[in-house]
Amino acid sequence: MAPGPDLLLQMYAGMLRVRLFEERVRELFANGRLPGFLHTSIGQEACAVGACAALRADDYVLSTHRGHGHLIAKGGALRGLMAELYGKANGVCHGKGGSMHLADASVNYLGANGVLAAGCVLAPGVGLSIKRRGSAQVVVTFFGDGAANRGPFHEGVNLAAVWTLPVVFFCENNRWASSTASSLSAAGGSIAARAAGYGIPGETVDGNDVLAVWEATTRAVLRARRGEGPSLIEARTIRWVGHFEGDAQAYRTKAEVEEGRRTDPLARLGRLLEARQLLDAAHAGRIRAGVVAEIDDAVAHAETSPLPAPQDALADLFASYPWSR
Amino acid sequence: MPVLDMGDALNLALREEMRRDPRVYCIGEDIVLGLPFGVTKGLVDEFGPERVLNAPISEAAIVGSAMGAAVTGLVPVVDMHFADFVTCAMDEVVNQIAKSRYMFGGQLDCPLTLRMPYGIGRSGGGHHSNSVEAWFVNTPGLKVCIPSTPADARGLLKTAIRDPDPVLVFEHRGLYRVTGEVPEAETPVPLGAADVKRPGRDVTVIATARMVHASLEAARRLAEEGVEVEVVDPRSLVPLDREALALSVRRTHRAVIAEEGPMRASVGAWLAWVIMEDCFDDLDAPIVRVAAPDVPIPFSPPLEGFVTPDADDVVAAVRQTLK
Repeated sequence: MAPGPDLLLQMYAGMLRVRLFEERVRELFANGRLPGFLHTSIGQEACAVGACAALRADDYVLSTHRGHGHLIAKGGALRGLMAELYGKANGVCHGKGGSMHLADASVNYLGANGVLAAGCVLAPGVGLSIKRRGSAQVVVTFFGDGAANRGPFHEGVNLAAVWTLPVVFFCENNRWASSTASSLSAAGGSIAARAAGYGIPGETVDGNDVLAVWEATTRAVLRARRGEGPSLIEARTIRWVGHFEGDAQAYRTKAEVEEGRRTDPLARLGRLLEARQLLDAAHAGRIRAGVVAEIDDAVAHAETSPLPAPQDALADLFASYPWSR
Repeated sequence: MPVLDMGDALNLALREEMRRDPRVYCIGEDIVLGLPFGVTKGLVDEFGPERVLNAPISEAAIVGSAMGAAVTGLVPVVDMHFADFVTCAMDEVVNQIAKSRYMFGGQLDCPLTLRMPYGIGRSGGGHHSNSVEAWFVNTPGLKVCIPSTPADARGLLKTAIRDPDPVLVFEHRGLYRVTGEVPEAETPVPLGAADVKRPGRDVTVIATARMVHASLEAARRLAEEGVEVEVVDPRSLVPLDREALALSVRRTHRAVIAEEGPMRASVGAWLAWVIMEDCFDDLDAPIVRVAAPDVPIPFSPPLEGFVTPDADDVVAAVRQTLK
């Protein structure tokens, strides 16, 4: 089981799209263009892209506070995402959600989440509806190493396992729960090993190797589609940036960030594609130019889009509006 | 009209809605056997284990999975077992379910019902007796109803299940075996429609759930003294039928608000503000509130009895408004 040339190139472009998008939003945030808090996934692109490349368009994704990459990898439009980060009226959630609290139902992206491990208990319900429909869809719920210490992770894995639901629990272990080291907060030394307690497959992969991520996710997805139940994947990766934009990162060494850059998942796939003669500098340049143009377009669209009317703060609470107090 | 108790009326509502809509399913702890209060008894025989799901004791997963199912095409009815246990799923109710439509700009429907068996009685003790409805009235994005009779319970539960948004149904566990007439025909009760349970010209008592019955008892006693009490049951708290409450108070010029939960920052405190805002010029006396003291619910019968608001308390409150 290995991805063909087209898929490899797609994943390369996908990782580049996430990387350049995140770099651009960091810049926009630093320049005061984006309100709120910002958490970017630079360095972790192989997880989002490798996992989502194993999915069908009608599969579901549940995400985290660090979720832009998951949405982009799932096929979300950059315009709606960028406009949402700007808090604009035509953002994908009309400015109600923002970076940490957005969903894009058009690509079955059921939400970033401000609460860690929240998706781990939503996912079994998505799995239940899939099972009832008999549609052989799958739901992937992303979470971090920090979230794996919350109760909903355990409740969700247990429920999905005991009811044999088509869920892939995908842990992006980037070593840090905010500023607390995983080694100081997660007992046992392995998140994947926790799967054994629930009688489901648990697998650790190099989260900076997009092929390994794709292969592991594909195995888990096929198992879920066959009706054999959930799997747990722990992808070990490195967060190049702070927990949030503006995080001074006093808690970790420069060496770790350098290690991240040495194991850059994007450069790694680029080298592999070159070695297989699937990519040369000119081709890579064209891919980059295309992605840059998409991002420029999304930024221009967001910049020129209107802000929401203030009174729209009262809309969309319930299906019918206005409602009685 | 057939006479049913509230538990059987709720059971009937579940059967009717599960027959009507194959997307509806029930989930909770021990619900296949109909525990703890008999409401789901026998459903599994008609609808099978696919639609009557005994879940592990994992409140976060029960409630969270219900949202996951609701936003992807099913219509879950969650049995919270005891409303007190919702604390183990507060993130799911408050951060996830309540915000599922609003935060995502209206992209997702979350047609989900949470059945909340609650209330003081039979020495339930500190973790099995609490009135927690105020927490959810204070959470934008949730609808909250609180029936007092079998007919209302059946009608409100049916409406809750059909609603495209999350609805909490507070079922007082002391009322499950209280009987009443239930219409033969399917009769959904709309949210936001109060009901006058007893007309009267002198004092309005706004009461919920078990306190409706305590207030009716108080009204019977006061009638013997020539005081005519009007008992108004809001039936749903979100949305609230402000007009019906105001209509009554404008006629009686006096208001008592009776609930079972603790006094502080409660539903009654909010209703008192509603009446103040809508009827200040019509009031001839300060609003008087009946509620439990601000302590956890104790175990021993005399202690439990002491903190339980009852008809005596309503009688005293009505007298106070007439001073």
